[in-house]
Amino acid sequence: MKGNTYLSRKIHSLLGVIPLGLFFIEHMVTNFAAVEGGPQGFKDAVIFLNSLPLVPVLEATLIWIPLLFHGVYGLYIAYQSNLNTGQYHYGRNWAFTFQRISGVITFIFIVWHLYQTRVQVAIGNVGHDELGGVMHDISTNVLFLIFYVIGVVAAVFHFSNGMWSFLVSWGITVGPRAQRISSYIWMVVFVIVTAMFLMSLFAFRGDEFKEAASAAIAWTNIV
Amino acid sequence: MADTTVANKTIKFIITRQDKPDAPSYTEQFEIPYRQNMNVISALMEIQRNPQKADGAGTSPVCWESNCLEEVCGACSMVINGKPRQACTALVDKLEQPIRLEPMSTFPVVRDLVINRERMFNALKRVKAWIPIDGTYDLGPGPRMAETKRQWAYELSKCMTCGVCLEACPNVNDRNSFIGPAAISQVRLFNAHPTGEMNKAERLDALMEEGGIEGCGNSQNCVRSCPKGIPLTTSIAAMNKDTTKQLFKKWLDF
Repeated sequence: MKGNTYLSRKIHSLLGVIPLGLFFIEHMVTNFAAVEGGPQGFKDAVIFLNSLPLVPVLEATLIWIPLLFHGVYGLYIAYQSNLNTGQYHYGRNWAFTFQRISGVITFIFIVWHLYQTRVQVAIGNVGHDELGGVMHDISTNVLFLIFYVIGVVAAVFHFSNGMWSFLVSWGITVGPRAQRISSYIWMVVFVIVTAMFLMSLFAFRGDEFKEAASAAIAWTNIV
Repeated sequence: MADTTVANKTIKFIITRQDKPDAPSYTEQFEIPYRQNMNVISALMEIQRNPQKADGAGTSPVCWESNCLEEVCGACSMVINGKPRQACTALVDKLEQPIRLEPMSTFPVVRDLVINRERMFNALKRVKAWIPIDGTYDLGPGPRMAETKRQWAYELSKCMTCGVCLEACPNVNDRNSFIGPAAISQVRLFNAHPTGEMNKAERLDALMEEGGIEGCGNSQNCVRSCPKGIPLTTSIAAMNKDTTKQLFKKWLDF
């Protein structure tokens, strides 16, 4: 890859935080409406997001384009790395390795997750108000549930460890003490964010989400 | 040499060998008589004196490079029992046997344990790891350096370009153009010098080109492997800060 790789790498790093990291946290909060408010709470949260002005523009500039760049360039970065934890079993080297592995898992998971949700809305199979039902169908299917748990844990690890790396790569946490404290903070974030995403995922398994599922059931049986 | 051979005690070696730069590698086993206080270099010298494999068959002597024998020149770096380090300070008594010796294959192998570290010297040229003081007239004494700064800068100056950090780094490989940790730390060293600081921007620019500082993936193997205990990851993060500043300066000042 020719051109200024320094700039590409910096853009990749920045996009991971702004907007993707922010969107990730927003997604966590929206999902949590399913835990706090049940089907109606989740429906309201989804409708609130879709009532924002210029939704297609927001989606394209804050999600689609950054996600595509970060994902595709990230795959190239993963390809450029050797994994040598067999020889150097240090904690940070494991984190380096998992950052690449979790990135690839997250990429696959996001493509699939988008197909099951956003794409189905786009082609008119389900409405925004039926997404709670779609998630009920997915989370009550054991295989999908396992896939989603793996995907979510990988994504949260990639986010938390990526935030740690971002602070180093932009020269914010410079010394070993700052980097160590930063790693403790992002470990706590990893636990909290994982817990919140999984609580939402398991909330969707509740029977109260079932009614909304009937409309969506036709296509989920196919996939 | 006084007879320090311990009766019936031997040391076993498994050495990865290669006859030519483009030849395939193979391993050979050696068993040599033990003497007190041996290091890997003195063991290799023993093999050189009597080039005989463990099974008794003759072979060519194993080639290696070494100079100072006190871990300051970096020439004898090799992979010893899975970790890159200097053979001169690898004491036989402290190593698990059989002792496995391999070349640092991140670099082009010349022969046996001899590697070509030219890319590291090219990297130093690329980042201008020197202080220009020549002029057409006497420029006089330069500015003084604060003692507190000198103390940490001295640690960075211990780098002997041995290549261990590049060998340990997962991002220094054929698919990646990353310059490696050593040269980045040298930019920090020469930018810290009061006279060197005058050319700070040139060195930072060199790190902001293809294969520069952006190749670091924060595995931090370098700082764990450096035989001189150089805070390489602190240097990289400090240069991340300076290159980031440089990036915004270039965008906004012109």
